[in-house]
Amino acid sequence: MLTCNDATRLLSDSQEDRLSFKARMSLTAHLMMCSGCRNFGRHLQILREAARAFAAGEDERTGEEQGQP
Amino acid sequence: MSNPEGAPDLAASEELRDGPFIEDWRRQMIKFATLQLGNAQWAEDAVQEALVGAYKNAGAFRGRAALKTWVFAILKNKIADALRHRQRVVEASAPLREDDSADELAGPFDERGFWRTAERPVAWENPERAVHDHQFWRVFEACLDALPPQQARVFMMRELIELSADEICQAADITAGNLHVILHRARLRLRRCLERNWFGEGERPC
Ligand SMILES: [Zn+2]
Repeated sequence: MLTCNDATRLLSDSQEDRLSFKARMSLTAHLMMCSGCRNFGRHLQILREAARAFAAGEDERTGEEQGQP
Repeated sequence: MSNPEGAPDLAASEELRDGPFIEDWRRQMIKFATLQLGNAQWAEDAVQEALVGAYKNAGAFRGRAALKTWVFAILKNKIADALRHRQRVVEASAPLREDDSADELAGPFDERGFWRTAERPVAWENPERAVHDHQFWRVFEACLDALPPQQARVFMMRELIELSADEICQAADITAGNLHVILHRARLRLRRCLERNWFGEGERPC
């Protein structure tokens, strides 16, 4: 049984490399039982999308819509 | 500043003459480039070159967002090139050390390795709406700023400049194992920061 520390590490690693079959199996087993790590996995996706949007100037785009403070 | 190609588009060139806006931007980009390159002078040069390019081509852009996207893309390319060719000069003032070992004591997990109750991630409401909210981006920037320097640097290489894991290991002179540890910690921290300061208004499950 993975700990949440292990599971979040695998979720993080999976953003760089494909996980091994064994790692995917134990991660899946953990995620079935752990809502915290399931949420963490979704947050990683959001984090990645937000970082790329930020680098692409999305923050200035919102500034235009609302006027500069 | 004169333009050899003739008068640039009025709107875009006015954006570039907007002093506070450019200053704010310059500061943001120099900080970003300095963190990546480990050398303030190089960072200033790279940002300056990118901005000069923007002045020359101001006519091609409508509005700040397009301009920022473009300047930032140039800057990212310059940084990526410098990192790939290992031209980075590591200064004594930019040490690459393990900078958050103390942080682990108060980490999100208990001594058995499971989420502490108050740290367990909750579902985030409407993440797609956040990216359209100006305030969200101020929070996002503040959370990036709050990362320990090495975590910030590696995270930005990965997610903002989009270098591959191999490229980052070379540029930052770290092992693949280190890279994974650093990214894991950076993501844990950023996630927590965003949840506490933006997404966390929802109720906490038991
Ligand atoms: Zn878990």
